[in-house]
Amino acid sequence: MVRALINCPKTAKKGEVIEIKTLISHVMETGYRPGADGKVVPRDILRRFTCRYAGQEVFSADLFPAVAANPFISFTTVATASGTLSFTWDGDNGFTQTETVAITVT
Amino acid sequence: MIRLVLPAALLATGFALAADIPANERRSGFDFMSSSTQQMQRDDTLNPAMLWVAEGEAQWSEAPAAAAKSCASCHGDAVGSMRGVAARYPAFDERRQKPVDLQQRINLCRETHQQQPALAAESRPLLGLAAYIGLQSRGLPVSPPQDARLQPARSRGAALFNTAMGQLNFSCAQCHNDNWGHRLAGSPIPQAHPTGYPIYRLEWQGMGSLQRRLRNCMTGVRAEPLPYGADELVELELYLNSRAAGMTVETPAVRP
Amino acid sequence: MNRLQVTRRTALIGSMSAASLLVLRPAAFATPTELAGAIAEFTGNQPVQRGRITLDLSPLVENGNSVSVSVKDDSPMTQQDHVTAIALFTEQNPQPNVIIARLGPRAGRAFLNTRMRLATSQKVVAVAGFSDGTFWSDQVEVIVTLAACVE
Repeated sequence: MVRALINCPKTAKKGEVIEIKTLISHVMETGYRPGADGKVVPRDILRRFTCRYAGQEVFSADLFPAVAANPFISFTTVATASGTLSFTWDGDNGFTQTETVAITVT
Repeated sequence: MIRLVLPAALLATGFALAADIPANERRSGFDFMSSSTQQMQRDDTLNPAMLWVAEGEAQWSEAPAAAAKSCASCHGDAVGSMRGVAARYPAFDERRQKPVDLQQRINLCRETHQQQPALAAESRPLLGLAAYIGLQSRGLPVSPPQDARLQPARSRGAALFNTAMGQLNFSCAQCHNDNWGHRLAGSPIPQAHPTGYPIYRLEWQGMGSLQRRLRNCMTGVRAEPLPYGADELVELELYLNSRAAGMTVETPAVRP
Repeated sequence: MNRLQVTRRTALIGSMSAASLLVLRPAAFATPTELAGAIAEFTGNQPVQRGRITLDLSPLVENGNSVSVSVKDDSPMTQQDHVTAIALFTEQNPQPNVIIARLGPRAGRAFLNTRMRLATSQKVVAVAGFSDGTFWSDQVEVIVTLAACVE
């Protein structure tokens, strides 16, 4: 499994704006680079990132080859209720990965 | 800082040796980076090297095969048992009767105690383990062993550091002792202290070992790079670590 | 020497750099027209005004492989008044798009931080769409320094 790191507070006060930082291992091969043999290496990128809070989409992004390798995406969300945040990355060659973290809102 | 005894043959050739950098003028490559790259290293939540560290941490307690022991079965919790270990490498290996670096030590463990094939140079699992073990020395001083058996190898490493090589005919010392702080193209020349390896290098868009960086420099002066695992590379690592003795371990560092 | 005279050496250098350009740059760089086209596609041909949002990235970049970039706005992020999307574009990467983020009142703040690639020194443009249908932008001219020792 590909490694992903989510940095998100475990607890928050209701209504608090929390910052979430995500990192995932991915080459983000642009499709514009020649390999050692001189042939262009086929594109292999993550195309979409989605964050859901208790199943509801709260943030998403379309990614293009200009996103740096091992993509880092940081954004904010309002802590509404205790529950699960899920993070999904979808990409070329059937890539898909989902990570979840629990948050306790008081 | 350890004083080096240079081989008589080298001195006899009259090769002009660059002056060592005085201990109080030594600076980590970190100091030469932009504030944005420094920030990437300072904050673990921004540092992509932590992806490799997380892989290494998972491997530490996973048995590599059904009958094999994990690293943790012998060494326990790395947070305690590996503290300060990476800061001492390269170190002398009894069985091989020569210095080995941290990656070689990991592979010796795999072959001898886990009965597993060695991990390939620069492979994700090897860099991950090295980064995870290295992290346990973060903040500690670089502490090369005071082991007399290392001295001949360390001297050979020092000689190689001062040997001009490649079509450009540059030695390591000409850039990193004599011209640190100046620029080569747009990039500042650092002092070549290996305080943060394995590093996440933006140029590589990934993680790499000190040997990768050394081979990179050799390519830079248009010399044929020594193969991964070559004794000469380990000797150079050994010398560089003694040259950086007392500086702070930064693993896993970020470099441009 | 006559500056127009083509010596064998300059001819060689010329053909060499043309050849290496072909090898290293199989794709053409995006053009200002392509940049404008990408932005128009994002906004649905709505006009874009300068201001309101802040694009933050270092004007001097030491490696174009990974450049930290953030966009923010002090929108209250209420149901009535919020940012709906933040996008980043470049003028001279092989293609103009970088990232298009969709957000809303649940974000609490209009904020995006990521790391992008810059093929060369160029202009980076951030555009944000607002719930009132307007689009606002900010831009930064970035110099990417040339690395000496590349693998």
